[in-house]
Amino acid sequence: MLFAARTNRLQVRTPEGILFSFLLASPVTRFLAVSIDVACVIALISSLRTVVGLLGILDPDVAMAFQIVAYFVVSVAYGIGTEWYWRGQTIGKRLLRLRVLDERGLKLEFSQIVIRNLLRCVDLLPAFYAVGGTVCLLTRDTQRLGDIAANTIVVRNPPILEPDLDQLRPDKWNSLRSHLHLSARLRQCVTPAMAALTVDAILRREEFASAERLRLFNELAQYFKTLVPYPAETIEGVTDEQYVRNVADVIFR
Amino acid sequence: MIVDVPRFVAAERDTWKELETILERIEADPSRRLSVADLRHFHYLYQKTSADLARISTFAFEPRICRYLESLVARAYGEVHETRETKRSARLGTLFWYGFPAAFQRRIAAFWLAVAIMMAGTIFGGVVLRVDPTTKPILLPFSHLQGDPAERVAHEEKAKRSSAAGSQSSFSAFLMTHNIRVSIFTFSSGIAAGLGTIVLLFYNGVILGAITVDYVFAGQTRFLLGWLLPHGVIEIPAILIAGQAGLLLGGAIVGWKDRASFRQRLRNVAPDLVVLLFGLAVLLVWAGVIEASFSQWHEPVMPYGLKIGFGLVELTLLVLFLSKRGVRQS
Repeated sequence: MLFAARTNRLQVRTPEGILFSFLLASPVTRFLAVSIDVACVIALISSLRTVVGLLGILDPDVAMAFQIVAYFVVSVAYGIGTEWYWRGQTIGKRLLRLRVLDERGLKLEFSQIVIRNLLRCVDLLPAFYAVGGTVCLLTRDTQRLGDIAANTIVVRNPPILEPDLDQLRPDKWNSLRSHLHLSARLRQCVTPAMAALTVDAILRREEFASAERLRLFNELAQYFKTLVPYPAETIEGVTDEQYVRNVADVIFR
Repeated sequence: MIVDVPRFVAAERDTWKELETILERIEADPSRRLSVADLRHFHYLYQKTSADLARISTFAFEPRICRYLESLVARAYGEVHETRETKRSARLGTLFWYGFPAAFQRRIAAFWLAVAIMMAGTIFGGVVLRVDPTTKPILLPFSHLQGDPAERVAHEEKAKRSSAAGSQSSFSAFLMTHNIRVSIFTFSSGIAAGLGTIVLLFYNGVILGAITVDYVFAGQTRFLLGWLLPHGVIEIPAILIAGQAGLLLGGAIVGWKDRASFRQRLRNVAPDLVVLLFGLAVLLVWAGVIEASFSQWHEPVMPYGLKIGFGLVELTLLVLFLSKRGVRQS
C-alpha cells in the first residue's frame, strides 16, 4: 500500500503492516546527476572518436559511419545499460547516491528502464530538462514525464551507518544504583519521550559543539535532579553528562 | 513503555548485520541467484528486521536506529516482494522473430489508427499541393525537393553513379540513427495523451502526400516508385509502428473505456512498447542500409522495374513476417 503526502518522502506500508519511507530525490540533485552523466557520455564519445579516428586511415567513410553509430548508441544506451546493470543507477546517480525504483518500491523491470530513458527526449525540451524539471516540481512524487510513463521514482539513499551504540554502555561506577528506592521512583516518573530524548542526547553527543553539549546535558541533568532528588553526596563530583548517563543506565536496566 | 536499548540491540544486531551483508552481495552482483534455502533465510531476516522496526518505531525511539532499520527494510522489500519475473538475458533474435510480430498483432488496433492518421495527412498534403502549388516550400521544406521533379529526375539519370557514392556507409549510418531518433520522438510524444504522436504522424503523411502528388503529376511516377519503394516499404511501416507505440502510450494515459488504474494501464502496455520499439529499430537499420546503397541508384544504371520489384518483395515479406509469425507465436 502506498501513500504520500506533499513531502519529500514516499511512504510504503508492506503487506506485513510495516511502514517505511523512501527519501525522494529533489529535481536539483537529479539535474546534477544528469550533468555528471552527460559529462560521462561526452568522455565516452570522445574516447570512441579517437579510437575510430584510427580507422579513418583505412577508410574515412567507414570511420565516419562508426562515429555516427557510436554517438547514437552511447547517447541512447548509456542510461539504459547502466541503470539495468546497476539496478537503477547511472554513474551520476551512484556518485550522488540516487537510485531509480519502481514506484511501489520494487525492483525495476527492463521495460521501465527503456521507457523512462527514451522519454528523456521529451523531458529535455525545449532545453536543459525544462519540461522534465517543471513536471518534477509539479508532481507529488517528483517524477518527470519518463518516470510517470514508466511508473518509476528516483530516491536518495544517504549513507546510513549503524549508530554507535557503545555510547550507551555504562563504563563507570553508577552511584545512583545504590539508592534502589530512588532509582525505582526515577523509572516510574520518566516518560517514554524523555527517556528517548536522553538516549538520543547520549548517542548524538559528538554532533554537538562543546558549549551546546554542555548546555544540553546541564538542562537534562537539572530536569532529572528536580524530578527525583538524590542525596548530595551521591552526585558530588559527577559531571552533568555523567549524571545523565547514569540516569539512562537506571532507566533502561 | 521503555525498551532496554542495549539489550534490544545486542539481541538483534547480528540479524541486521547479516541482512545488510546479504543485501550488499545482491546489490553488488545483480545477476546472482539465491538458492531456495538462502531465500528462506533472507526472508526470515527481512521479517525479523521488519518486526524490530515496527517495535522500535512504535516507541518513537532513537531516530538513527529507526533510520538504519528503515533503510534495511526498504532495500530488502524490493527483493522480497518482487513477484514479476525478471529476464536478465533476453535473446534478441527470439525477441525480434517472435516477440515483435506477437506484440504487433496484440496491438494491431493502434497500428490501424496510426495508418488512418498518416493517410489523412497524405491526402491533406496531396490535395493542398494540387490545389495551391505555391505551398510547396511549406509542405516540403527540403532543398532537394524544392525544384521541378522532371529536372531532378533528368539530373539523377544523367549521373553515372549513385548520389551517395563514396559516402554510403556514413550516409547509411546517418539515415539509420536519424530515423530511429524520429521514431523515438514519435513514440515519446504519445505522453501528451497521444496528441504529439498524432501530429507527427499527420505531418509525415503530409510530406508523403505532397511528394507523391508532386512527382506523379510531373509524370515521374516510375522514378518515384523506384526511388521510394526499396527503403520506404520498410521505413514507413516502421514510422507507423512508432506511431502505434505512441498511440498505445497515449491510450494508457487517457484510459478511455479502461477500468484499470492509471498506473496499471501504463504497466500493462510497457512490455509491448519496448518490443515494438526494438523491432522498429531493427527495421530502420535495414531501411537505412537499403536507402544509402540501393535507393540512390537510378536508370540507366539500375532499372526501375528491378527497384520496384525489390520493394514489393520486401513489402510482401514484411507483411508475412508481421502477420504470420506473430499469429503462430501468440
